[in-house]
Amino acid sequence: MKKIVTALAAAGLMLAGVAAYALAAEEGEGHSEAEPTHFPILHPEQESWSFAGPFGTYDKAQLQRGLKVYKEVCSACHSMKLVPFRELEGLGYSEAQVKAFAAGYTIQDGPNDEGEMFERPGKPSDYFPSPYPNDETAAISNNGAAPPDMSLLAKARGVERGFPTFIFDIFTQYAEGGPDYIHSLLTGYNHQPPAGMQIAEGTHYNPYFIGGKSLAMPDPLSDGVVTYDDGSPQTVDQYSRDVSAFLMYVAEPHLEERKKTGFRVMIFLILFGALVYLTKRKVWAGVAH
Amino acid sequence: MSDAHLIEPNRRDFLYVATGMAAVVGAGSVAWPFIDQMRPDASTLALASIEVDVASLEPGMSLTAKWRGKPVFVRNRTPEEIESSKKVALDELKDPLARNANLPADAKATDIDRSAGEGKENWLVMVGVCTHLGCIPLGQQGEYGGWFCPCHGSVYDTSGRIRKGPAPENMAVPVFQFISDTKIRIG
Amino acid sequence: MSGGHSTYTPKTGIERWFDARMPLPRLVYDSFVAYPVPRNLNYAWTFGGILSIMLVAQILTGIVLAMHYTSDTTLAFGSVEKIVRDVNSGWLLRYLHSNGASFFFIAVYIHIFRGLFYGSYKAPRELLWVLGCIIYLLMMATGFMGYVLPWGQMSFWGATVITGFFTAIPLVGDWIQQLLLGGFAVDNPTLNRFFALHYLLPFMIAGVVVLHVWALHVTGQNNPTGIEVKSKTDTVAFTPYATIKDGFGMVVFLFFLAYFVFYIPNYLGHPDNYTQANPLKTPAHIVPEWYFLPFYAILRAITFNIGPINSKLGGVLAMFGAIAVLFVVPWLDTSKVRSAVYRPWYKLFFWLFVVDCVLLGWLGSRPAEGAYVAMAQVCTLFYFAFFLIVMPVLGLIETPRRIPNSITEAVLEKNKGAHVALPAGAASPEAKV
Repeated sequence: MKKIVTALAAAGLMLAGVAAYALAAEEGEGHSEAEPTHFPILHPEQESWSFAGPFGTYDKAQLQRGLKVYKEVCSACHSMKLVPFRELEGLGYSEAQVKAFAAGYTIQDGPNDEGEMFERPGKPSDYFPSPYPNDETAAISNNGAAPPDMSLLAKARGVERGFPTFIFDIFTQYAEGGPDYIHSLLTGYNHQPPAGMQIAEGTHYNPYFIGGKSLAMPDPLSDGVVTYDDGSPQTVDQYSRDVSAFLMYVAEPHLEERKKTGFRVMIFLILFGALVYLTKRKVWAGVAH
Repeated sequence: MSDAHLIEPNRRDFLYVATGMAAVVGAGSVAWPFIDQMRPDASTLALASIEVDVASLEPGMSLTAKWRGKPVFVRNRTPEEIESSKKVALDELKDPLARNANLPADAKATDIDRSAGEGKENWLVMVGVCTHLGCIPLGQQGEYGGWFCPCHGSVYDTSGRIRKGPAPENMAVPVFQFISDTKIRIG
Repeated sequence: MSGGHSTYTPKTGIERWFDARMPLPRLVYDSFVAYPVPRNLNYAWTFGGILSIMLVAQILTGIVLAMHYTSDTTLAFGSVEKIVRDVNSGWLLRYLHSNGASFFFIAVYIHIFRGLFYGSYKAPRELLWVLGCIIYLLMMATGFMGYVLPWGQMSFWGATVITGFFTAIPLVGDWIQQLLLGGFAVDNPTLNRFFALHYLLPFMIAGVVVLHVWALHVTGQNNPTGIEVKSKTDTVAFTPYATIKDGFGMVVFLFFLAYFVFYIPNYLGHPDNYTQANPLKTPAHIVPEWYFLPFYAILRAITFNIGPINSKLGGVLAMFGAIAVLFVVPWLDTSKVRSAVYRPWYKLFFWLFVVDCVLLGWLGSRPAEGAYVAMAQVCTLFYFAFFLIVMPVLGLIETPRRIPNSITEAVLEKNKGAHVALPAGAASPEAKV
């Protein structure tokens, strides 16, 4: 056993050495500030989220503010077509409030008895309607880049953490790469491109963008653009934080249930494991092995 | 050694029993999600109630709405239909119970208790599924002027009560209410 | 299944009735109760049991997921999302299945490395080893096709790249690829057949597992000393000794699985798979599931033509060769000694090989550029050298350490000074302390 540990330790050291060499090689090679080859240029800032960690829960007031930001800003271009209105009950709204919220949307339904499509107010069982009828219209209206659907955005974005951070992430349970990315991106428009960098026309420089040095979406937020009625600061930082949390909720609505169940399962497995271990000791007592 | 030897059997038995019990509890808890996933999911339950607009139904007209995957007959009955149904004595009926989810389970199958109630006796709302084996009966057919099930020949009267044939019960009246004069919420 | 004669004696009338008609209780008793196992097995040997419960768990969660899944390109992505959002306990079942696949591979890798370390592939266990390699191959096919089903970006592009391997075959390559895809690109026919095969293959795995266990019960288990069982004192009864030890191994393993499922369920996945497949847009950086990364690194390491073989075919050949070489391991190792415990040089090379595989895995996740390519080439070279040079040559020139005469002797040596007793189940009366 001791030998295995020693061997593993030696192997680990070797691994670290090689990795450090490779990282150094990567840093040194073709690295130019004006023409970067690896994106994002800046790694997302790590924020603290109420839903992080083994006992994390959503901050419902924050989710409600995030919904407001989505509705008043993002939803002009971004669909959220996998999310039904009824899922908003998880934001702390009552059934009646969700019903009223859904009724504020117009949903195309049909065909009716005459074979016509018709419009009616939304119901909780409806899904968020999309701002564009199809992806092609979305692309042509947005400089050729269709705005991504936001239902799963918080899980569909994540910047590679690199060695050795990705190993530590197992122990710190880091699973907030999506919201961190979205928050950094939304607050990252005020950076100026380094001298000499060419920015394609119709795109906007943002060092946090994962797909290149600039993106088609202009800075969507500015201070005061959404009115909060709970007294929270109406700043770009706060808006981004709230909408990121909201997007995490719509991407992972069962997060709280998952973590709660997990805690019970872990406790059970520890107790059960201890019992099995004691039984094993008893069974093997007096049998050299 | 000898002391340990004396108490050992009891401690060992207790340990074995405790471990076995924990294993059973664990296996039971693991089994639950596998059963749980079979129940109707959240999107199905969200459609559990529907709203039907009946403004266009003149007396003698019906519509069929889909509710929980089954047809619901909504009929604006003619005065003659109501009259013929009212005339039937309760002891003539095969199933004397109203089978109306809006009323107590022992309510009798009078015409008023089969219909939408006082002042709305002309409205009949019921799940259009034959209580025999689940076929959909045809409207305004059969010798009682009500419904006739072509699968096995069950005959219902103008308030959906079983009168003849193999079906055991009157057609079920679902939970519903008029939320306005022309709108019914079913479920 | 046991090679020895049966010690089962039916006790009740029902047992006798069954035994005369279909001796299933006898088979179970002989294979999983009285079956003798070496007394010195360590926890590395619990992974066989862990793998069988993982197979059962994957089949069970898979079947219930299939009850809700739709294998149509327009609906597949949404149906998986519906499972996670709406189906009762659906999020749990889905995360159990996706993380379960990863943990299945973690267990199988430990199981394979254990076999390599203790020489479990050597005569008379060659067939046992080859059957294991077949299971591994089927697992890879199952894992790959399962990853395609959610129809995310990584699903689609992974399927495109992996089926692209076959185009490297001269003359018939394109024809084979179209046969696999049912079209000119990954599309609805591909998704449908992958779903059908993903459902079928686990049952084929289960079938080969039966053969694997059969072969195991004919030759008996290897053990950390690599010395064959010589007398009854070398063994203990499978139940309760091995069952309870396996049970503890399983609980610990499930603890790690639960940690991932409940706290970091997407850690082992890729964010791009939460974007629906788009045949017109390739993600910036395609990576397969982590358990294929070493082979992916080998594939990409061949950047040069080798004589008439171009780099594309060379990469594919190297990658399949890396798997194929496992099948012939029993005949590559020339050593007369099984266990690395008594082979100091082999032990060193074994651990270097483990590091090499981990390194290849990491390199497979890096972009194929600069220093990474050179490193992957060195690692690939060592990978093949380990099997094709180290194994045959080392067996001829290495001087092994002194080997104990029997398992019992090895155990007694290890426990020198400690209170030692012989196994109660197998011991003869005079052996009792």
